[in-house]
Amino acid sequence: MMEALEIIGQASFWAAAIRIAAPLIFGVLGALICERAGVLNLGIEGIFVAGAMTGWLTVSMGGDLWLGVAVAALVGAALGLLHGVFTVILGLSQHVTGLSITLLATSTAYFGYRVAFPSVTTPPVIEPFAPLNPAWLSAIPILGPALGQQTALVWLAFLCVAVTAFVLSRTPLGLALRAVGDNPAAVEAQGLSVTGLRMGALAAGSALMALGGAFLTLSAFNSFFFGMINGRGWVCIALTVFASWQPGKALLGALLFGAFDAYQVRLQTLAGSVVPTQIFLMLPYLLSILALVLAARRADYPRALMKPYIKGER
Amino acid sequence: MALAPPLLRLRGIGMRFGDLIANDGIDLDVAAGEIVALLGENGAGKTTLMNILFGHYVADAGEIAIADEAGRLAPLTQGSPQAALAAGIGMVHQHFALAHNLSGLENIMLGTVPLFGLRLPRREVRARLKQLIAETGLAVDLDTPVRALSVGERQRIEILKALSRRARVLVLDEPTAVLAPLDAEHLFGAIRTLAARGLAVIFISHKLSEVLALAHRIVVLRHGRKVADLPAEGADRETLARHMIGHALERPEPTAPRAGPPVLELQGVTCGTGRDRLRDATLTLRGGEIVGIAGVSGNGQRGLAGILSGLERRESGRVLICGEPAGATARQMVARGVGRLTEDRHHDGIAGDLTVAENLILERTRSPQVQRHGLLRRRAIRAEAEAAIRAFDVRCPGPDAPIRLLSGGNIQKLLLARALHGHPRLILANQPTRGLDIGATGEVHRRLQEAAAGGAGVLLISEDLDELLALAHRIAVLHAGHLTPAIETARLDVQTIGLAMAGHAAGAFAPIEAAAS
Repeated sequence: MMEALEIIGQASFWAAAIRIAAPLIFGVLGALICERAGVLNLGIEGIFVAGAMTGWLTVSMGGDLWLGVAVAALVGAALGLLHGVFTVILGLSQHVTGLSITLLATSTAYFGYRVAFPSVTTPPVIEPFAPLNPAWLSAIPILGPALGQQTALVWLAFLCVAVTAFVLSRTPLGLALRAVGDNPAAVEAQGLSVTGLRMGALAAGSALMALGGAFLTLSAFNSFFFGMINGRGWVCIALTVFASWQPGKALLGALLFGAFDAYQVRLQTLAGSVVPTQIFLMLPYLLSILALVLAARRADYPRALMKPYIKGER
Repeated sequence: MALAPPLLRLRGIGMRFGDLIANDGIDLDVAAGEIVALLGENGAGKTTLMNILFGHYVADAGEIAIADEAGRLAPLTQGSPQAALAAGIGMVHQHFALAHNLSGLENIMLGTVPLFGLRLPRREVRARLKQLIAETGLAVDLDTPVRALSVGERQRIEILKALSRRARVLVLDEPTAVLAPLDAEHLFGAIRTLAARGLAVIFISHKLSEVLALAHRIVVLRHGRKVADLPAEGADRETLARHMIGHALERPEPTAPRAGPPVLELQGVTCGTGRDRLRDATLTLRGGEIVGIAGVSGNGQRGLAGILSGLERRESGRVLICGEPAGATARQMVARGVGRLTEDRHHDGIAGDLTVAENLILERTRSPQVQRHGLLRRRAIRAEAEAAIRAFDVRCPGPDAPIRLLSGGNIQKLLLARALHGHPRLILANQPTRGLDIGATGEVHRRLQEAAAGGAGVLLISEDLDELLALAHRIAVLHAGHLTPAIETARLDVQTIGLAMAGHAAGAFAPIEAAAS
């Protein structure tokens, strides 16, 4: 029992928690931006796959790591705009379109992988982002080493949280985004473009989602596997509700999930002989469902979420 | 006023939606400082015309010109709200264009500051608005999220929003439809102040009294055409009504009550919560009688109506329907013979996506007329709906159209058909004509009087004193949850009722209350 508690004091546990949380931070922020503008982007799971695949492919073909990040973001933005063509411009169902984008992006990524590497059994590995280990951090106990092990992409995730929070609450653009997810007619009446705002939010949000995928292949691991996304996109959709569409709470939710996941891995080695491992694997998801049930009862959905806006219609 | 050069000029505006001609060659001039009322029935084309002006629609024909800085008329680009805003046209829609998750201040800043700026100039905008509020008297809390504000406050934010964009022409679409009478008075005061400062105001309405009270000039539309353009001075209700509906105004003739056995007895009933709590109410309503309940909304009406519609549980007291204890659920109340017209017909009255026919039978889905062995009798329902549509003159594409497509007046007529089905013994009519035009209002009044003549008891809850005085045989007043005794209408006048609505029991209300207590 004491051993189970001691885990929480280990720097390696917190390092793992942050590493697991990082792609979720990107994903939740992306989903949050889309949904704040009134568009549910269920393409997230597929955009994760596409970002992971294209970022890794760029680097394995000789590109710079940051070029891989940029390519992933661009691919994500393009998929977001594709989502927008159907849901914002044509006003089609956001659920159906999002799921289609997920299927399309996932299978295209796998197809692209097979085209690039027709006859390999193990995918080529790349040299991923290295831990930054800044000197000023090492003095802090537990947190210092835990953060020191993280790569530049993790710091980018933290930066994105701050930037998103700032833009949403402090700038005219953020004001317009929040308004367009609540009452697009109000935005239109003020002479702003509902379509432009929503397309922009989809492009930016989907680019962030793709960064979540790229984090897995360029930072957490060093290669691309089928099924490596493994539902992380869906977790982000749930975390968005948990976070009440606020960037700060999104960070908290992602870290909480990361901590649960890191904890269950360590519990498995402690008690794996007594309790089936599947129970531990379920743990983070069960806890997220529980957290969601508690948070979602008070959730204040953007009023225009999932409602297409067609000019001149009430 | 008419001699002043126009600030805004509309010429030959024409617009059609499919077969419907919404606007047909309409001309309109508005001068600075002028309050022009655009009067017409629902569907006369008022809102369409203003949506064209504001760029929501592009007209099929016609031109719009607005004076520039030097006073010369310059054409306005159509179909562009941006161009309309830039030209100084501000519009307050009937359904407010506000984001509920933002504060009033944020809503006003939306679109007025450059989109890609790095900061929101909260302090500057707030200072400017404080000054505007001081000058116009449009008091409002700028920092509360709009969702927590009252309808009146939201409307003031909309007006401030238009003014802060330096509007020279302000269009108000049915601004009083959602307001309590006192709020409407405040609004009128603000509009007069603004007009005196040089703002041109176009005021859309179908209420004759407020148009006569506020406007300098009255333009009447009927079936998409301009049928009259006359100064408000010297205009009277009858003339305006004739222009508006094409024939003389029919006032409901007071009917004589037929005092039958009591259909509703309230004995010391307390229910409801908050401002709308009903406290210790006692009332007897007999068959054949119309009893009016006067009072400003939010003084216990919801509690009273809730008890009779089966939506509210009583805490104490007794409710008897035709001498028997009332049920506690909506289904039981319907079974007892209570016909109900709810206050918010869109919210409580209908299921918008269901068809006209389905909404009509919604209260009695278990009746053998409607179902057999648990399956809906489609043909019978359709036939019944067609009969109701004919009998109540419901203008709709047919029984299979989704009811949300109907106008408010037609929805109310259909709900009337539903409430009156099977000759209910008690009819609850809660604000039955709120938001309806003259035609539909007349139809509702006639039907309620017919029902009373047929032996039903009608409880008419209304804020409209003209309506109460014309229809009700006795009137009681609700104030702060307390219900006065019901007094014969002949012994009452507007002043007495108005005082009682404000909590001062005087005149006919005073001695009886003293005797009762």
